[in-house]
Amino acid sequence: MVSLKINGKSVEVPEGSTILDAAGKLGVHIPTLCRFDLHDINLHNQGASCRVCMVEVAGRRNLAPACATPVMEGMDVKTHTPKVINARRVVVELILSNHPKTCLTCPKNTNCELQALAAELSIGNIGFSGKTTQHKIDYSSPAYVRDMNKCVLCRRCETMCTQVQTVNALSGLNRGFTTTVGPAFNMPIAESTCVSCGQCVAICPTAALSEVNNVGKVWDAIRNPDKFVIVQTAPAVRAALGEAFGLPAGVPVTGKMAAALRMFGFDKVYDTDFAADLTIMEEASEFIHRLKHGGRLPILTSCCPGWVKFFEHQFSDMLDVPSTCKSPQQMFGAIAKTWLAKELKVDPAKMVVVSVMPCIAKKYEAGRAEMAPGGVPDVDIVLTTRELAKMIREAGINFAQLDDEGFDDPMGESTGAGVIFGASGGVLEAALRTAYEWITGKTLDKVDFMDLRGMSGIKEATIDVAGTPVSVAVASGLGNARQLLEAIRAGEKQYHVIEVMACPGGCIDGGGQPYHKGHVDVLLKRMEALYTEDKTKVLRKSHENPFIKKLYAEFLGEPHSELAHKLLHTSYVKRPRM
Amino acid sequence: MLKIANFRDLDKAYAEFKPRMALRTEADHKSFAKRELLICGGTGCQSSNSLILLEVLKKEIKAAGLEDQVTAHITGCFGFCEKGPIVKVFPDDVFYVEVGVDDAAEIVESHLKNNTIITRLLYKDPAQGNKPIASHHEMDFYKKQMRVALCNCGLINPEEIEEYIAAGGYQALALCLEKKKPQDVVQEMKISGLRGRGGGGFPTGIKWEVAAAQPGPVKYMVCNADEGDPGAFMDRSILEGDPHSIIEGMAIAAYAIGSDRGFVYIRAEYPLAIQRLQRAVDQSREAGLLGKNIFGSGFSFDLELKYGAGAFVCGEETALLRSIEGGRGEPTSKPPFPAQSGLWGKPTIINNVETLANVPQILRRGGAWFASFGSEKSKGTKVFALAGKINNVGLVEVPMGISLKDIIYEIGGGIKNGKKFKAVQTGGPSGGCIPAAELDINIDYDNLIAAGSMMGSGGMIVMDEDNCMVDIAKFYLDFTMEESCGKCTPCRIGNKRIHEILTNITEGRGSLEDLEKLKNLAEVIKDTALCGLGQTAPNPVLSTMKHFWDEYVAHVVDKRCPARVCTHLLDYFITDSCVGCGLCKRGCPVSCITGNKKEVHVIDNALCIKCGSCISKCPTKSIVRQ
Repeated sequence: MVSLKINGKSVEVPEGSTILDAAGKLGVHIPTLCRFDLHDINLHNQGASCRVCMVEVAGRRNLAPACATPVMEGMDVKTHTPKVINARRVVVELILSNHPKTCLTCPKNTNCELQALAAELSIGNIGFSGKTTQHKIDYSSPAYVRDMNKCVLCRRCETMCTQVQTVNALSGLNRGFTTTVGPAFNMPIAESTCVSCGQCVAICPTAALSEVNNVGKVWDAIRNPDKFVIVQTAPAVRAALGEAFGLPAGVPVTGKMAAALRMFGFDKVYDTDFAADLTIMEEASEFIHRLKHGGRLPILTSCCPGWVKFFEHQFSDMLDVPSTCKSPQQMFGAIAKTWLAKELKVDPAKMVVVSVMPCIAKKYEAGRAEMAPGGVPDVDIVLTTRELAKMIREAGINFAQLDDEGFDDPMGESTGAGVIFGASGGVLEAALRTAYEWITGKTLDKVDFMDLRGMSGIKEATIDVAGTPVSVAVASGLGNARQLLEAIRAGEKQYHVIEVMACPGGCIDGGGQPYHKGHVDVLLKRMEALYTEDKTKVLRKSHENPFIKKLYAEFLGEPHSELAHKLLHTSYVKRPRM
Repeated sequence: MLKIANFRDLDKAYAEFKPRMALRTEADHKSFAKRELLICGGTGCQSSNSLILLEVLKKEIKAAGLEDQVTAHITGCFGFCEKGPIVKVFPDDVFYVEVGVDDAAEIVESHLKNNTIITRLLYKDPAQGNKPIASHHEMDFYKKQMRVALCNCGLINPEEIEEYIAAGGYQALALCLEKKKPQDVVQEMKISGLRGRGGGGFPTGIKWEVAAAQPGPVKYMVCNADEGDPGAFMDRSILEGDPHSIIEGMAIAAYAIGSDRGFVYIRAEYPLAIQRLQRAVDQSREAGLLGKNIFGSGFSFDLELKYGAGAFVCGEETALLRSIEGGRGEPTSKPPFPAQSGLWGKPTIINNVETLANVPQILRRGGAWFASFGSEKSKGTKVFALAGKINNVGLVEVPMGISLKDIIYEIGGGIKNGKKFKAVQTGGPSGGCIPAAELDINIDYDNLIAAGSMMGSGGMIVMDEDNCMVDIAKFYLDFTMEESCGKCTPCRIGNKRIHEILTNITEGRGSLEDLEKLKNLAEVIKDTALCGLGQTAPNPVLSTMKHFWDEYVAHVVDKRCPARVCTHLLDYFITDSCVGCGLCKRGCPVSCITGNKKEVHVIDNALCIKCGSCISKCPTKSIVRQ
């Protein structure tokens, strides 16, 4: 332990702690901007580049950044002297002097960390003016917008992209006043190896990175009397949406969400969980087929569009490994525009499928050519959880006070297996519940696979399936996925099934979710919400979903039938590594 | 092929090659039976055709049948770059300056054949009524100099390892490996009091001691050869003139800290230095002085060159390390210091070229010898690069503690064109201006900092009465602003804003309030920027504000530039000596000059864009700016 003094008060902290840690222990608040630490996913952004957290340390000739200065025995720190306050104010005024002051219309208004910092320091007047950086706004991605004029060079996105996700699409560019962050040669992000996982968007302190806003498109569709507009909501959305309305993290708001969507005027309100059950039917069959017929193992899940694009870039020699199943979002759209349209007697050409996702890569996925057979997209418009929250606010709905409502049949029905898709390990757990019963012909009583749950980046287990040990692994976060895949490529590891989610912890931590602002406990509570909902369901295995049974009986025939193949499966594209 | 497998091999090689130095060091002035010509082969003299001169000299020598008596070859920088190319004749000790290719024949004919010194090619001392001086020992430029780091520059041929060995090279390394423990080497360095010559001034021995104390088998020794201060070229000269001293210095440092691998981070804009150093590395490796089991002592060390792309910030040690690792050259927060966690997270020491050039000398002659010169807290000698409005532009090495006045007036020969001295900028763009009133200070690390400047790498740019100090501050900020890596806010945006405020002031848009703002901003940047580049960037502003406050006030209150440099603040007038030729009127791009033929013309300053076209056209010099 190291003992030091902060503002005259003594405190003891473990060796290696920073001044910021020590101040936190004493309840002394030092403002920060660039710093971002998500220990559980190995994200440490301690570049100490913004210089907001400067403090005075006795005996040091200049000020010290509290976030990156290790404590030393006997250190004497002052956090709010007039000198410090002046320096901090000058630094923030400098940042503001090169920031578009368009808060009123900014997507991050009221959610911006720079705005909050300016308020905290009571910046009333910006003492400096001069040239501002003029970067072209990058609208090339269908998932997110890069407005580098709003960037404060905290470099969180770069750290996330390189250290955690190992996508390496972002790095520092140029120098001096024109320094920015972007893909090599500052090419449009859509032409880079970016997979749109959105983890950069999730932790950007300003609106330099923000999702493509599709709210207007959805209102337009609903307002159009010629359109039949239906909506699906992904499992992870319900676990986080409440946070946007002041509800504690981990309170599932499934019923309120369905009620709000119906109030908007959607013609039908459905659940992606239904399609998650459908995915299991196809994926479990594919696995069993490969297992029994000596096919390529391991089989990799393919629900996550960020992960799909990642392996297309980074493991293009292994494109035969992933399952060919489309993701639940896309399966939903494909079934809605065929079977459902027939059931409801709606012209598929008039049907608009909207999905609400915790993810921005889903916006990209819906636009992939493979996802629009015959030029008709499975899914028309994708919203994130954050955009849904904006719509609810715009519609004047008192969300917390809403009475619960259910989803519409048939595509609103789901099992517990569909619900847990939203947490890392959930897809694999759901698949095992079904595959076990199909392989063994016996009922699986213990449906909870605890080894596969939680925030760990890589989880492994071996499951005894009728005497055959089936070894499985789960990776969340693309850096962890890379580690697993490289081990497989090198022949160091063998598995039967691997689930990969691009976002650390799975969809509950998706790039489209309400901002967690660095609080990992929020993510754990969201996970918990999904497993609780699973537990309360009567049906917890996908193949038991009565409407799934109906779908196969009346329309698809059986898993992997020719029609199922046409509608529910896809193919992959070789993409460049750089 | 030279092979040195053990300590005795080095002794033998020394004995074999030492006679090469005979004419140069134990000069017998009476006998000219044999002669040696040394021609500067540094970048500066090369650009003045010194290599062609060498070839022509060789040809003439051959033609004159003097091949057996006279040899000619290149050597490193003599330092007196103002007067290059330089040819030195041994054992006569004659120093020819500004030698052209056309002079070769005369040197051979007159000097080598007829023993007649060519007065025309000697240095003429303005202080002694332009008296020609033959020996450099008698020149003011050299009288107060003392060469330690530069001791072999201008003495040996840098392209041959035999020459370095003849000058006592690699004996310090042999001494360390044979007779000293690593901690003894560190101790000797601590006794010497040598401080980092790259700018920081951190005691070298202590740096080594910290790195030596780190656990673990993998450590790195890095030489910072990313010399970036505009106008400073001492490191380049050492690399070009005495590359083996750097290799020997690095090997000694590596032995002291327990490293077996080194890197020289050298800017790609130094092609000649790279070529000479690489050649030296290859020679040392071939001789067994780099590689496994050096001298059979069990100590192994090898090094490689890493090229920098010339970013100024990569002279900052953490940015340099990131660049070697292949990343973007950006500094990181200290602590941890590189000696604790440097290259690829391993303990690393980084010493600059000049620092390392001192190391073999210190180990050979003892730390106490080195500590016997200099001031109390700054020991030894320091190389300075004199530039700007000074007569003797060049490289000088002087004992620490010498007065600034001595350097500028005695060694430097005073101000060009008899103008009045105004200030000297030391420490490059990160340093500060020292005014005439403080010329008596004795140069060392601490005195320069106390004067609001710094040692830096040893650049000295002299300014005279024609320099505007606000403009000078703007000039330096323009450099640091461009060279900022852009990582931290104060440097990225703050230095840009400083530059903008200075631009406003020099263009007549400044106010007294701006001066207050400028001062506060400069001080905050100093306090908050992440690395040395950002922290020191405001120094030129703060030091010129401190010493030349009146000039700032004149710019913002009177809207006047006292040195008549800031164009926007000048008005153009035509004096009565105008003959009315009309040339100015015809050349004026905005037609603001009126007047009839053969009558005095008039400039309308409201329209004038101060382009200066009229001044350049006026045959009678009748147009003035004020």
